Amino acid sequence: MGKFLPHSQVYLGLTQAGIAATLAITVVLMARKRGIHLERDAFVAMVRGLVQIVAVGSILLLLLRGPRWTSVFLLIAMIAAAGFTSRRRAKDIPEAFRISIFAIACGAGSVIALMTLLGVIDTSITSIVPVGSMLIAGAMNTNGLALNRLRADVLAHVGEIETALALGAETSVSVAPYLQASFEASLIPAIDSLRSLGIVWIPGLMTGMLLSGARPVYAAVYQFVVLAMIFASSGLTSLVSTLLVRGRIFTVGEQLILQPGR
Amino acid sequence: MDTSIAADLAILRCERLGRTVSGKVLVDQATFSVRQNEVVAIVGPSGAGKTSLLRLLNRLDEPTAGTAYLRGTDYRQIPPRELRRQLSMVMQRPYLFSGTVEQNLQFGPKQRGETLSSDAVEELLSQVGLRGYAARNVANLSGGEAQRVSFARTLANSPIVLLLDEPTSALDEASKLEVEALIRRIVHERGLTCIMVTHDTAQALRLASRALVLQSGRIVRDGFANEVLHG
Repeated sequence: MGKFLPHSQVYLGLTQAGIAATLAITVVLMARKRGIHLERDAFVAMVRGLVQIVAVGSILLLLLRGPRWTSVFLLIAMIAAAGFTSRRRAKDIPEAFRISIFAIACGAGSVIALMTLLGVIDTSITSIVPVGSMLIAGAMNTNGLALNRLRADVLAHVGEIETALALGAETSVSVAPYLQASFEASLIPAIDSLRSLGIVWIPGLMTGMLLSGARPVYAAVYQFVVLAMIFASSGLTSLVSTLLVRGRIFTVGEQLILQPGR
Repeated sequence: MDTSIAADLAILRCERLGRTVSGKVLVDQATFSVRQNEVVAIVGPSGAGKTSLLRLLNRLDEPTAGTAYLRGTDYRQIPPRELRRQLSMVMQRPYLFSGTVEQNLQFGPKQRGETLSSDAVEELLSQVGLRGYAARNVANLSGGEAQRVSFARTLANSPIVLLLDEPTSALDEASKLEVEALIRRIVHERGLTCIMVTHDTAQALRLASRALVLQSGRIVRDGFANEVLHG
């Protein structure tokens, strides 16, 4: 830690936030010199982000001291928020919010429940909430990517899909290549995270465990466990959401609903 | 044309068929009959609703008014996949699936759990003037060849009625004449009924015996092609 920085954690945090914000403002000014105006958006985003994270951190501090069962409500609230966020990536897809919530609940929810039952995730609120939030966040990102890619691919291939329908194909056959592509693309970040673990990045959870005195080998293995769980919950989420979307983008008369300009 | 006689002999009959989307009328109460082996051209200016009418017939869009009868059966009672096999549509652009020409020809039959024999594939390809093309990758075909593969792929479904949506609009003049000759020959040889959308009245005169003129979604003229289009 730099010898010029204050030792009180509150002042230390504020000073570090000030330094990081100065760096961000420098980038905004560099962009401004090139005629790109990010000033307002960047300022609002930084202030909002700081206020949000401090507020949520304070609330979490209170909740983490509560009884174990409160973790269930926390995780449900996180799944709802994740569904709301990733549904915005699925413009024009009917019932995107319900699909997102259901898919994330199936993907992240089932992995959290199973792993907790098997004892891989500790039932203490200080363990299940942070690990659960990582699984839910991973599922949210994957769901958003899958829906966004599927929507773009279907809109770009309406001709091919309708040609397949016109030749007597089932709706599932007509969109199969685009479902597969969106599923694969949505899992790229989760696969890359696993592949580059320890080489390109050392995730925060492992750093936190090391700082709190865990043995390095256990911290490393548990980090792998978390990433493997993120991969499983993300894959399950993407599978469920793309299959649910497939059922929503056709009418009962097997006509494609998702069309450019409709 | 005596419509009562036409209706009796009709293979396809539309009664007040229409589609309105967000208050905009795309097809307005289209009523007409098409007889076996008849070649009907649907002509009209851009935005008149020609393609919308063809899409309704293939049930790629749902009618919001009226219906159509295929051999006397309300087409909404026929399962969509079976209807589309019988009333097969060739799109404006060929939209071939990646792979070989043969894989494209096998696509329709495969959906019903059937497989075309090598002889049947070659026979279809020879009908569209592409004998020996079965193993070729569709990525290496010219525009005219791709459209002919698209025809053969549709014919592999043994349709009763062929729906053609501006089948030559994306082709150069030489390919256009080749495809026209192909349509004429196939329709004649297979005894097919054909409904063709075109903005080209000269093409409609060359290929069709009857013409429907559409304006703002409504059929404004219906009769022998040379009378309607010269009139």
